[in-house]
Amino acid sequence: MEEIRRVIAPYERILLLGCGTCMTVCGAGGEHEVSFLHSALRVAQARSSDGIHSFLEYTVKRQCDFEFLDLLVDKVNEADAILSLGCGIGVQVLAERFPDVPVLPGVNTSFMGMTKEWGVWDERCAACGDCRLAETAGICPITRCTKGILNGPCAGTKNGKCEANKDMDCAWVLIYKRLEKLQQLEKMRRYYPPRNFRVIPRPRRIVIKADVEQGEDNG
Amino acid sequence: MANSLFEEKLNTDGFLVTTEIGPPKGADVSEMVHHIDLLKDKVDAINVTDNQSSVMRFPSLGGCLLVRECGGEPIIQITCRDRNRLAIQADLLLAYSRGIKNVLCLTGDSVDVGDHKEAKPVFDLDSVQLLRMAREMESGKDMGGSELRGVPQFCLGASVHPEADFIEPQLIKFEKKVAAGAQFFQTQGIFDIASLRRFMQYASQFNVKILAGIIVLSSARMARYMNDNVPGIIVSQAIIDELADVEKGKGLQRGIEIAARLIKTVKEEKLCHGVHIMAVGNESVVPDILEVGELISMPG
Repeated sequence: MEEIRRVIAPYERILLLGCGTCMTVCGAGGEHEVSFLHSALRVAQARSSDGIHSFLEYTVKRQCDFEFLDLLVDKVNEADAILSLGCGIGVQVLAERFPDVPVLPGVNTSFMGMTKEWGVWDERCAACGDCRLAETAGICPITRCTKGILNGPCAGTKNGKCEANKDMDCAWVLIYKRLEKLQQLEKMRRYYPPRNFRVIPRPRRIVIKADVEQGEDNG
Repeated sequence: MANSLFEEKLNTDGFLVTTEIGPPKGADVSEMVHHIDLLKDKVDAINVTDNQSSVMRFPSLGGCLLVRECGGEPIIQITCRDRNRLAIQADLLLAYSRGIKNVLCLTGDSVDVGDHKEAKPVFDLDSVQLLRMAREMESGKDMGGSELRGVPQFCLGASVHPEADFIEPQLIKFEKKVAAGAQFFQTQGIFDIASLRRFMQYASQFNVKILAGIIVLSSARMARYMNDNVPGIIVSQAIIDELADVEKGKGLQRGIEIAARLIKTVKEEKLCHGVHIMAVGNESVVPDILEVGELISMPG
């Protein structure tokens, strides 16, 4: 909250902008959170008596597509800054679409995860562009091993847990057990060379020519 | 260039003794030099640790240079935690050019257990890939495929954890390290001889030398602390009880006796090809351990 108050300090009229897709699903930046943040900011402002912000809240269907952002033009024109509760992509697409308006991040986007149970999300994919899941029984060592190593566990695993965090499962213990169950342990015996970090050089861009051409034909 | 002294000894049937020195946190190397001088003629090689437990220190490479200057035989420890493949290859070239040919290839502890928890963990390579990379350099090419002017030659080692509570995946990794070119192994600290015996029954089929890791404990508290906080260490309850059962101030003495007893057992049963003594901050007692363990006789 302090971090948000600090980044919005220079601006008067703030558009609090939620995102109706992934951020809503993970309870971090949907309509509900925007409304909650709005109230919290007003309370904080009243208490400290040093703020002069006015807030407008809105949640767009998807922040990561220009066509949804086009609908926001009028609201953005009324704002000195946008506080986005979208993920890091949403923030950047907004900045690209509205070059004259400061766009501020309202959340610290952490990872792409799965909903383990309500309120618990686990990272599962690092979008590394070099998928190993066929060899590791569907369990990703890049994201789920703290070291992201490819040739088996380090010596720090104890009671099936990770040396970095005793509540976290050791990915390589999980991989071993599942490969054993699937009778595919030979996959673990194989040597895996160092990762190719140039599979898709950063910043990454994917162009699927067929789709682009087809898209053009259709419309 | 000729094999390293240590490699020559690996190729004999002699019982090998290595130890390790933790470099200082700071630029004052006087205590480290003192430890090197104390140990260099009593052991076959001295490891210098590489930011051990992810705590930033004077580098292993620098420590190994000092070991050379003092006339000792160094084993450089290289972990994959802090450097990518370019940096590690460069360090290997520097090491070789200065006569440091023995390399212990480690993955490295997690950044989370150390004193720079916010650092970026590198792990561009793992220990198996590091071994392979060093072997590739010996063929005259770097990892990018470019030719090396001046080709290094290493004596490569790795670690193995015979007391891991889930041993099977560790053994798969051990075999990968053997296939990748490891010539010797320093085990994680051994506290239970039975599990070392089991491991050696299995490991003796491979043409590698195995040095049993001996950790010198100084109190039951230290043992419990290591169990909870140091990756890869499992001190048995029997040893903890033994340490708890001494008067105050006598813990280290008991730790020395325990270490010496383990060493004697390893040697008498011909379990391993040698021992690797890790005194973790108590380097100055290593000669006492060697004496009580009957590996050297002290003058006078």
